[in-house]
Amino acid sequence: MSKIPLNTPVLDPRIKRVDLESTYGTTAIGENEHWISWEVFHQKKRGDQHVHVGIVHAPDAQLALLFAKEQFGRRLACVNLWVTKSSDIFSFSYDDEDIFDNATAPEKQYREAAGFKVMEKINRYKKSKQKA
Amino acid sequence: MADDELIYGHRMSEWTGMGPIMEEDIAYSSMAQDKIGHALANYSILEKEFQTANPDKLAFFRKENEMMNCQLVELSNHEYDFSLVRHFLFDHADFIRYEMLSTSSFAPLAQLSKKIKGELKYHVLHADTWLTRLGNATDESHVRMQSALNELWNYALGIFEPSDFEAQLIAEKIFDGEKVLQQKWIEKISPIIEKANLKIPTSSSPVYGGRKGYHTDQLQPLLTEMAEVISSEAEGTEW
Repeated sequence: MSKIPLNTPVLDPRIKRVDLESTYGTTAIGENEHWISWEVFHQKKRGDQHVHVGIVHAPDAQLALLFAKEQFGRRLACVNLWVTKSSDIFSFSYDDEDIFDNATAPEKQYREAAGFKVMEKINRYKKSKQKA
Repeated sequence: MADDELIYGHRMSEWTGMGPIMEEDIAYSSMAQDKIGHALANYSILEKEFQTANPDKLAFFRKENEMMNCQLVELSNHEYDFSLVRHFLFDHADFIRYEMLSTSSFAPLAQLSKKIKGELKYHVLHADTWLTRLGNATDESHVRMQSALNELWNYALGIFEPSDFEAQLIAEKIFDGEKVLQQKWIEKISPIIEKANLKIPTSSSPVYGGRKGYHTDQLQPLLTEMAEVISSEAEGTEW
């Protein structure tokens, strides 16, 4: 199979057609030449939490919402979507995962919020009773 | 209305698998489904209320000069700019038409209008977003959008070609008429076009004829293609 020449136009419009040098080299990709990643949050019904469902690539927030609607708003019940720039999400490093260890240490089980789980069960039971 | 939606839905569906990015591919495909759905709803109303032939017969077995769609919707897709501008011009008119019909004295149309409002709202939002974005993006995108607008403008005015029943429709409070629709349409789209940094062409000579069965040479190939499958099967075949 013949090699695709480097200067073949890139057909993916998310990447502006920067003129790649014909020899292997680094090509700087400038601002606006690559679409931004947006995190998408989906809300099933009013009052529910928005739940993270994935990402879309778009040049601005409005288009990100349109794309999110196409990607995530068509197959599930949906009343609302949020998008936020992926770069606006701050997180811990997985290297620091150990700082959470004591949350689940066996001798500290008393800290586990098991009671909440029970309440969920009780509520679900109550609800099912109401329906029946 | 039904013919507009059928033909336009078919044109939209031609972007399936060809859209410039995946999400747009999906967007056009799903809007195409919506349009065909609206066409089906209207053909069904005709069948039920006026005892016409069934929707399949109406959609697939009429001749070119029996189709009442405006010429705007039958034009072949060119590049994406062309399709986006047509989408913008047609869908605003479609949205307002149904909005006007929500108070129609003809109950089936008033009901349909309420049912599909959300879909049409999204079609318009989709079109507005792209028009304003591309009108204001690069020199190339601006020029492309403006020339598509110039090319399509007179065809868009052809949406509002009055039918022979115009006066009757207005008198019986079924529909306020194409003139009112066109006025509302201009009022609605002008600020958006301005926001997109585009200009409404000054010349305006509406391309009429579509509503009377006169069409461009681009409609027949579409009709032939659309009926290709159904014509290859024995009559009455069901899928």
